[in-house]
Amino acid sequence: MSTTTQDAPVEQGEHDSDDTNYLNHETTIWSWLSTKDHKRIGVLYCVSLALVFLVAGVLALFMRAELSAPGETIMNNDTYNQVFTMHGILMVFLFLVPSIPAILGNFVLPLQIGAKDVAFPKLNLASWYVYMAGAALTITALLAGGVDTGWTFYTPYSSTTGGGVLWMTAAIFVAGFASIFTGLNFIVTIHKMRAPGMTWNRLPLFVWGMYATSIVQVLATPVIGITMVLLILERVLQIGIFDPALGGDPVLFQHFFWFYSHPAVYIMILPAFGILSELIATFSRSRIFGYRAIALSSVAIAMLGFLVWGHHMFVSGQSAISSIVFSLITYLIGIPSGIKVFNWVATLYKGSIWLQTPMLYALSFLFLFTIGGFTGIMVGVLAVDVHLHDTYYVVSHFHYVMMGGSVVALLGGMHYWWPKITGRMYNETLGKIAAGLVFVGFNLTFFPQLVLGSRGMPRRYATYAERFTELHQLSTYGSWILGAGLFLILGYALHSLAYGEKAPANPWGATTLEWTNVAAVPIHHNFERTPLVTRGPYDFHLADEVFGGGDGKALGDETPRIPEPAPSAPTEEDAKESAGA
Amino acid sequence: MGDFWLPEAASTMAPEVDSLFNFVTVVSAILLVGVVAAMLWFTYRYRRQDPAERPAPVKESKVLEISWIVIPTILVLLVFNWGFKSFVKQKTVPENAYEIQVQARSWAWTFEYPNGVTTDTLYVPANEPVKTTMSSQDVLHSFFVPAFRVKQDVLPNRYTSVWFEATEEGTYDLFCTEYCGRNHSEMDATVKVVSRDRFDEWLESAGTPDDIPLPRLGERLYTQQGCQGCHSLDGSDMVGPTWQGLYGKTDHQMADGSTITVDANYLRESILESGAKLVEGYQNVMPSYSNLSEREVTGLVEFIKEQSDKEPSQE
Repeated sequence: MSTTTQDAPVEQGEHDSDDTNYLNHETTIWSWLSTKDHKRIGVLYCVSLALVFLVAGVLALFMRAELSAPGETIMNNDTYNQVFTMHGILMVFLFLVPSIPAILGNFVLPLQIGAKDVAFPKLNLASWYVYMAGAALTITALLAGGVDTGWTFYTPYSSTTGGGVLWMTAAIFVAGFASIFTGLNFIVTIHKMRAPGMTWNRLPLFVWGMYATSIVQVLATPVIGITMVLLILERVLQIGIFDPALGGDPVLFQHFFWFYSHPAVYIMILPAFGILSELIATFSRSRIFGYRAIALSSVAIAMLGFLVWGHHMFVSGQSAISSIVFSLITYLIGIPSGIKVFNWVATLYKGSIWLQTPMLYALSFLFLFTIGGFTGIMVGVLAVDVHLHDTYYVVSHFHYVMMGGSVVALLGGMHYWWPKITGRMYNETLGKIAAGLVFVGFNLTFFPQLVLGSRGMPRRYATYAERFTELHQLSTYGSWILGAGLFLILGYALHSLAYGEKAPANPWGATTLEWTNVAAVPIHHNFERTPLVTRGPYDFHLADEVFGGGDGKALGDETPRIPEPAPSAPTEEDAKESAGA
Repeated sequence: MGDFWLPEAASTMAPEVDSLFNFVTVVSAILLVGVVAAMLWFTYRYRRQDPAERPAPVKESKVLEISWIVIPTILVLLVFNWGFKSFVKQKTVPENAYEIQVQARSWAWTFEYPNGVTTDTLYVPANEPVKTTMSSQDVLHSFFVPAFRVKQDVLPNRYTSVWFEATEEGTYDLFCTEYCGRNHSEMDATVKVVSRDRFDEWLESAGTPDDIPLPRLGERLYTQQGCQGCHSLDGSDMVGPTWQGLYGKTDHQMADGSTITVDANYLRESILESGAKLVEGYQNVMPSYSNLSEREVTGLVEFIKEQSDKEPSQE
């Protein structure tokens, strides 16, 4: 049990919570399917998203196998086109967009701000059901003949090709609402449900990241919804919107699509920035350098993210002037991203750096995301993008950002909060081995693709010219190592659920509320008493409750450490009394 | 370094794009090494040595924070400006550009020249600006010639165009880079850059294949089909036997030891099925030209006849 308090009635409560927590206070399947507990909804999302990631990841391995030789190897062109389309759609719309907010945001955000739940628990549950409805429509689309449009659905190809395009666009329309619900919930929760003393300047940076993400989710997602509806209307009612055969304009579709899908990139990466700040601070035990710069740069990125969609369209036929303006704004967005990287590195300075698995992922992120950022600068250069557009250079660039950034941060975050979510530790040695495999495998898969692209290898090719063979083969070997690393994680995660060592309440010596004021496995209502926040999120030098009174003899990291609670907020009666007095 | 990253450069635009690419790559690599070196050094230097460590907070430095806002801003604006200037050049078509119409359809390219000649191989004259005016008959496609560093989407509802000035004679790839369905990856074409003289010659002869005499048709095919790459007309030895004095040769030595007399039927067989009778001293590497029409094969045979003053003995 993690909290001790001074007064008797609460000690009673403490005794109870020795036995019950959010996982075991109810155990029926129905109690899970009808739960309004943000933690359980996070777990539901985690299971669903893990399945999607598994399927989409295996599709990627098939793609790499097909590309191991120039001609046809294991599948024909039609199959390959469907496989890369489904890999993209599943990864973007059904995995990356919901991933960090829906799993870790749901689980961690209320804990970090000292709230009992999110503002609208029922809406939160509805979000998961809506997401599952989107997943069901996706399966319907596959049964209806599959989709071969690429995840971008460019018209007029998508208006004319057969199969499950209608079902797929409907799935994306529906799944979008899950995203909107989550975003709305988080905005209200962060504004209204912070514990006493949790000022905006004391918000953990993960919360700031989620806040910026939520703004984008609420403002951008409706646009993809409308676009998908227009596409459906065009196909069903033959209204000419995008298809030139009906009098529409295909470039208009691209504007609509990227008006959402570029901000969607920030939906994927901003939460990753949030996780990274938590990991770097905790595992270097130092206050985040430039806290405000990191917090506000996330918001700046969220805003500027709406103004750069046209950089996907430099060679699409949009006017040269538009391209020039979009290129300029694109550079402005590179600056806040750079500020973050520099600040994170500076945070390591004079810290106390502990290389546990989550920190390995954080350091991997710094390397991979920096490459993703610089290659992003490259494809933002107007004249150079003309050469690089729609080649493997772009494919590699966005994998460095989406996978090297978002997915690696998610893996780091999952390892970091795993003890809090499951109450168990994972195997640290296997964790480090897997982190190494993921890092090496990732680079071996995607660095050759950068070179392929700049040498002129176009993307979405089922077959290719002989001269690209060696680099494609390297990339395929890399995908095996990457796959091995990810399957290893799956293996030891499942093992940990059943046999993992019981986790202490604060195994990392972290200073945010979910570690200091919450039991090893959180109780149903998160906190015994509402915490009163008296210091910043990363004030390790003030966090005596974690480190034992500053006597320099704090308990070792190997020892399960029971933190003292932060002072509790006054109860309502106390408040009334003081108001009366 | 450019050789590692970039394909051959064969247009006036290519060196400009390449130097910009190389500049961004080098600056990025330097900054990446700096960031990673700092990260690894801090990780080692400040590694946790005692679980109870509580390092004193580091004071934030305004100067540092401002410097890593200002310096990257200057760098990206520099790069933007450079990219912008080159982009304007890419978008400004020279007035005297030679115009070629490009039609894209799933999954092939057709090129049409001012005199009405259409081909599926893009012939362009070297060292002068060429402008393509492009449209699609169905879905989106994209015109990409890596060696020229040009790319432009091809739309079904309006014309788009690119221009380039090829600087090196040779053969280059043209790829479709906008996904267009099943055979997207096979929607490629060949770009042949030839001198202005040879281009004019080709263009003139390409227009009227039906009325030219057979030997002239053969002469045209000799360059167009790439025969000249392996078979000389002046007696010099290349990948394949020379055509000079070939026709009528009575002691043509075969790889299996036999000798034959070179007559029209032997030539015909060798064009259509080159491996059937392999000449001593040469590799069996010639592809079959069975895609040629009957008249074209005869034209080639007639052209080869012209290269010799001999006649095969009548038997």
